[in-house]
Amino acid sequence: MWAALRSMVMRDLTLAVRRVADVLTTLFFFVIVVSLFPLGVGPEMETLRVIAPGVVWVAAILASMLALGRLFGNDYSDGTLEQILLAPQPLSLLVAAKVLAHWLVTGLPLVLMAPLLGLQFGLEGEALWTLWWTLLLGTPAISLIGAVGAALTLGLRGGSVLVSLLVLPLYIPVLIFGAGAVEAQVSGLGATAHLSLLGAIAVLALCFAPLAAAAALRISLD
Amino acid sequence: MLEAVGLAAVRGDRRLFTGLAFSLAAGELLYVHGPNGSGKTTLLRMLCGLVLPEAGEVRWEGHSIRKLGEDYRRELLYLGHAAALKDELTALENLRVASALQGRPVSERQALEALDALGLEDCADLPVQVLSQGQKRRVALARLYLTPVRIWILDEPFTALDKKAVAGLEQTLANHLRGGGLVVLTTHQEVMLTAAVAKTIAMGSWGD
Repeated sequence: MWAALRSMVMRDLTLAVRRVADVLTTLFFFVIVVSLFPLGVGPEMETLRVIAPGVVWVAAILASMLALGRLFGNDYSDGTLEQILLAPQPLSLLVAAKVLAHWLVTGLPLVLMAPLLGLQFGLEGEALWTLWWTLLLGTPAISLIGAVGAALTLGLRGGSVLVSLLVLPLYIPVLIFGAGAVEAQVSGLGATAHLSLLGAIAVLALCFAPLAAAAALRISLD
Repeated sequence: MLEAVGLAAVRGDRRLFTGLAFSLAAGELLYVHGPNGSGKTTLLRMLCGLVLPEAGEVRWEGHSIRKLGEDYRRELLYLGHAAALKDELTALENLRVASALQGRPVSERQALEALDALGLEDCADLPVQVLSQGQKRRVALARLYLTPVRIWILDEPFTALDKKAVAGLEQTLANHLRGGGLVVLTTHQEVMLTAAVAKTIAMGSWGD
């Protein structure tokens, strides 16, 4: 079974390497959206520092929405998704493997890029680190929750719009605790509580999202 | 033994078939034919467990395939309309990934031998997107040589194949049946299938 899961992850990573434009679009979208804000809001350091966590988080969520259609879409249209459903492995684990690969190519680059972007907003030291940690804990949850929406809207006309309506409200807790953590850290309260809650959301999503996505895929392919 | 009991399928508000029943024992071939849109693919996907029947059930060795789940899927190879190949991966990579997913990883040498058997030795390291339609179909069919499962469910396996490949596939199917395998297939082509027992299901045209 591990061989199957490993080959699933490796397959998706190989595909991402050979279709590198797809990966870069997500990352560039994130970088550009975040960079537009200092230009639009003006160089007032205090204002920028206040809006920074929210801006980075909203941009990360929108960037991940951009990539969500590819999570199952390509496999659906070339028929490989049927083969995945017919594999004698638990579908939820295969889905988890796919989400892991998806996060590695769409989520992780955002996490790595975020500290650099934070500098544009005058974030420093601890605030920057906190932002980094919230993204590291929050983006896997975003990918996992998104997978459920992507699976539900697979093969529907206008699926990409529908998936936004379906999934964005579910991202609200992640957004609140993600952006709130930085603020709490700066104000001296400490971000431990926020980070623990983000971690809890990620663990919950890891437990339930693959099951839900697997069930949704079976319905979508019926 | 693969059995279908009182199967019914509804697509949208159209009734494709009702009360469809058959049984298929080891070494037997089921040939499903009928016009476009008569529900052949739906029936095949139902036999795989991808589509839930509106009524009735599919049984394998006397147990419902819904209950068997993974144990049934381990015995099954389904090749659908789409070739189920990733365009960006090479023929070799595609085969190895498909086999690993099936729970039976193969070595590079085994995969190459399967491609050789279909005359694709020169294409093994090419990305699938540069292959012709017939070559893609043959890459998909190479899985028949790699996964020793009992039930083959093949949707239009002869499409886009040249004469030599058709003859080769007929031979492969005959060998599989002789070895106690089961085959369910649809095709529009005239093919010579030599099976000890060949059963036929004629699907009605739409509107019937």
